[in-house]
Amino acid sequence: MIIKLENLNYIYNPNTPFKKIALDNVNLDIDEGDFIGLIGHTGSGKSTLVQHLNGLIKPTSGRVIVDGIDISAEDSNLREVRQKVGLVFQYPEHQLFEENIYKDIAFGPKNLGLDDDEVELRVKKAMESVGLNFIELKDRSPFELSGGQKRRVAIAGVLAMQPKVLVLDEPTAGLDPRGRDDILGGIKRLYKEEGITIILVSHSMEDIARLVNKIVAMHNGKIAMKGEAREVFKQPEKLEELGLGIPQITSFMKKYKMKGNPINDVVLTVEEAKEELINYLRRKGNA
Amino acid sequence: MLKDITIGQYFPGDTIIHKLDPRIKIIIIMMFIVSLFFITSFSPYLLILAFILFTIKLSGVPFKYILKGIKPLILIITITFVINIFMTKGEVLFPLGPLNITKEGLYRATFMALRLIFLITGTSLLTLTTSPISLTDGIEKLLSPLKKVGIPAHELAMMMTIALRFIPTLLEETDKIMKAQMARGADFESGNIIRRAKNLVPLLVPLFINAFRRADELAIAMEARCYRGGENRTRLNELTLNKQDVLAVSLMTVFFGFIISTRYI
Repeated sequence: MIIKLENLNYIYNPNTPFKKIALDNVNLDIDEGDFIGLIGHTGSGKSTLVQHLNGLIKPTSGRVIVDGIDISAEDSNLREVRQKVGLVFQYPEHQLFEENIYKDIAFGPKNLGLDDDEVELRVKKAMESVGLNFIELKDRSPFELSGGQKRRVAIAGVLAMQPKVLVLDEPTAGLDPRGRDDILGGIKRLYKEEGITIILVSHSMEDIARLVNKIVAMHNGKIAMKGEAREVFKQPEKLEELGLGIPQITSFMKKYKMKGNPINDVVLTVEEAKEELINYLRRKGNA
Repeated sequence: MLKDITIGQYFPGDTIIHKLDPRIKIIIIMMFIVSLFFITSFSPYLLILAFILFTIKLSGVPFKYILKGIKPLILIITITFVINIFMTKGEVLFPLGPLNITKEGLYRATFMALRLIFLITGTSLLTLTTSPISLTDGIEKLLSPLKKVGIPAHELAMMMTIALRFIPTLLEETDKIMKAQMARGADFESGNIIRRAKNLVPLLVPLFINAFRRADELAIAMEARCYRGGENRTRLNELTLNKQDVLAVSLMTVFFGFIISTRYI
């Protein structure tokens, strides 16, 4: 178990008229090698939750234990925690600041106190994993890139820290389909090749269904559902109650089944659906 | 950390103070400030203190909230206090090497510190009980006679509205960028002053870029809705004075008039 949340509570602006309970007794275990999809409608506490994972905010009460380090302890080494858990914020391109891409990505590793050779190695690797050409781009200004490229630079900036856990808060918001696919493809590759633990916050049930193996659904600061992706998407009524939904293709297959076609309706991706439908039609043809 | 700043923040409520016309509140605060600078002895301070406590009570703003507003300015108050205590010549109370604490210095320092505290609490009471929009409406109305001499009252008020409107946005953004850079190992809290200033670069550059981007977007959005300044512009809620407003301003004029007159009697 790499991250453990115990009875976690967080209140914004306590003791003022603007008081808001953002997290309400959250308990969650994250194992090494998990790929978790964190879903929930706006204001459900997702962003507050992920900021606890690397100690950017400290719990009002409860405990957050990251790889054996209790972040709420007075003397905890937050720098070490932040190296272990890389957090990519929403619209991460808004945090770029250096004159060239190399320097921007090297910011994190340099803060870790690594020597120049190691920094260069890491920058190279991080740029490769998000699909940016090192030689071509390293000396360009990050501000002259397209939106999708900027975002990849920002993600590379976190990857260069080589975290054990990567948390991405809506990494594809506001991107065109191509930019979205590039980034999600990169994330998938990272998961497969590096075996790091990933937590993906997203509003797109399609993306979630295609990538993750576990789902955590938040509602009003509480964890409303958690489990294997397939199990969670089996309960569309409950998800709808939370203001969420299921992937369109899952919903299509459900309707198709209701029309009297005996198929397996718990599919998550278009590919799976295709397979299932072909099989079904074959079975029907043979009978 | 940034969330602790309460200066300029509005504390929603439905009290007499909240309902007063913003123009009246601004005028009263102006009289308050002017009379503070006319005071030369401690006894009128009691009246000022009474005025502040009475207004706080009426406004329903928790006392803790007001104290929180003074907190960021404690440094300035302390500096004023220390400078005054050492720099005033007079009867020596405690000799401290080349510096002396004098009786006059002690008196003056306390006097100045109190003046600052009163100034801050008084003015923050105005912003705590007046929403930014009605505040700028009030300022615009009060400045509008100056339009005749070429002062662009509407534009000034609009600039203030926008500035006030973006304070929370920018604070939020600062918080977000700070966290994003901290997630990459940035350190904003330790080191000497030069180091700290250098460490602010990763925060300030994105903040400025985003502020300019926002300004651009806002200008386009305003133009798309045909905004073109103050001429012939009407408003949704016209400010009107009622009996309470007139009563408040008359009473306060007498009150502060008396305080000012204590200087001469």
